Amino acid sequence: MTALTLTLRDKPRHRIDLSAVRPDRLPASRPEDLASLTLNYGNRRVKLGELFDITGQDPDKLVIRNSCSLLDAIGAGMETGNVCIHGNSGDYLGRGMRGGTIEVHGNSGHWTASGMQNGLIHVRGNCGDFAGAALPGDHQGMRGGTLLVTGNAGDRCGDHMRRGRILIEGGTGDYCGARMVAGTIAVLGKVGNAPGYAMRRGTLLFEQQPVSIPATLNDCGEHTLGFLRLLLDSFADLNSRFSRLDRNRLRVRRYAGDLACDGKGELLVWLD
Amino acid sequence: MIINGVSIDDTFAEAFGMKVTRVVVTAVNHRWARHAAEAMTGFATSVIGCGVEAGIEAELPAAETPDGRPGISVLLFGMSGKDLGKQLESRVGQCVLTAPGSAVFAGMRGDKSINLGRNIRFFGDGFQASKLIGERRYWRVPVMDGEFLCEESTGYTSAVGGGNFLVLAASQIQALNACEAAIDAMRKLPNVIMPFPGGVVRSGSKIGSKYSALPASTNQAFCPTLRGMTDTQLTADVEAVLEIVIDGVSDRDVRAAMRAGIEAACALGVQQGVRRISAGNYGGKLGQFHFHLREILA
Repeated sequence: MTALTLTLRDKPRHRIDLSAVRPDRLPASRPEDLASLTLNYGNRRVKLGELFDITGQDPDKLVIRNSCSLLDAIGAGMETGNVCIHGNSGDYLGRGMRGGTIEVHGNSGHWTASGMQNGLIHVRGNCGDFAGAALPGDHQGMRGGTLLVTGNAGDRCGDHMRRGRILIEGGTGDYCGARMVAGTIAVLGKVGNAPGYAMRRGTLLFEQQPVSIPATLNDCGEHTLGFLRLLLDSFADLNSRFSRLDRNRLRVRRYAGDLACDGKGELLVWLD
Repeated sequence: MIINGVSIDDTFAEAFGMKVTRVVVTAVNHRWARHAAEAMTGFATSVIGCGVEAGIEAELPAAETPDGRPGISVLLFGMSGKDLGKQLESRVGQCVLTAPGSAVFAGMRGDKSINLGRNIRFFGDGFQASKLIGERRYWRVPVMDGEFLCEESTGYTSAVGGGNFLVLAASQIQALNACEAAIDAMRKLPNVIMPFPGGVVRSGSKIGSKYSALPASTNQAFCPTLRGMTDTQLTADVEAVLEIVIDGVSDRDVRAAMRAGIEAACALGVQQGVRRISAGNYGGKLGQFHFHLREILA
């Protein structure tokens, strides 16, 4: 079967909630059967077929073409399958995702991978604020899986993150890993102000010294940490700069905290 | 059956079902990995008195260990998963955690698992940190030379313990020479350990004793000094008997090790004083595995 392909006809005037279009929930049927699926479009409900041209049959390989930043919640809650997005995606990409893969050949909006539990999201462009963060009212952000961003991430990346890994090849904005509970965030580019603010546990691993570090993350000195070898080895299967890092780069400066909240997290900056 | 003038008895070794786990101990170099591994496999010759039988399986190059450092692979055999877990925790806690620069990882995946670092982490007194990498959880315990890195658990599986053969020789030194050759050959094989000192045991035992408190006692039928006063198994030209006990991950591994060891001992030949090869058994009623010498060497 060929991949189920949704091609957005025109740029929509309102935001479209695509959370109903999940690879693991769509039946393998004729395109015309899928056309009747209803979506939230602004304050209206419209048929999928009114907005998208539908071709192919295999919902396990869902392709969205001509995508734009108004297509929200793509892959939200999905448990299996593959989604490939050509163009930008909107907010809430892969929210609560439990498995499978999402690949975005463009940028993604805010709250990417929020509440994600498993699987892989690869954003080949940039992603907005609150990547892997907890939604207002949620206790935890990302809870597992991998968010890989080839470009930059915005502010509050990994806010309230509980588990999993966020790997940013570019830089991040301010408050990266703020209020983090556990998990790993690695950034190869520039990092803004106050990373690790109010973090409890978890690891922030940076290629460069951040613009500023909260006063309550205390410098513990330079160390060789053996677990970094295991961490770097775990990147080997990613299609990313992370897979090409020198696996013997174990020398870091370690900052621990946030002591303002009795935190035992760590901010590590590679030394060589 | 005679090999190079050495007579192979028509008998069998009787072995038992056990549980096995493997851990990989790494350190800054092989010297320190071996220090830790030797300490954790000390006093582990027999489950009867030591709770576990353990030994070094192999020296691993850096490329074959989880953290890319030189390592030692250790096998531990116990009568149950519970016994194994208890012994593993105490031995890692006392012998590996304490060794400079060491780390320890699971060396075996199995349907069932036992604790490796799950409780040892509490040595960190709240400063320990967990890292979930892939499906595996690791613990980082702060210690005075940095961090002790250990995997949370390791798998275990069914195994075979108590494979054995006896080397009967014209003198003690000739028996020892033959056993050294056998051990050198057997240590090249994976999945087996020879848990006694240097791989060799001189106090072969029988079940029971005239003293009710003892579960095992000397096997007088193979004691050369008792040749004239017991129902001996020794001929007049045999002055010393040494035994090699083998624990293996599978019966195939034990069989391969027995073959390699016996062939190496027989290679010295009758000219070097090796007279016979025999094996220890309990009449075949206790152990579920029987390793017939002549079948193994056929």
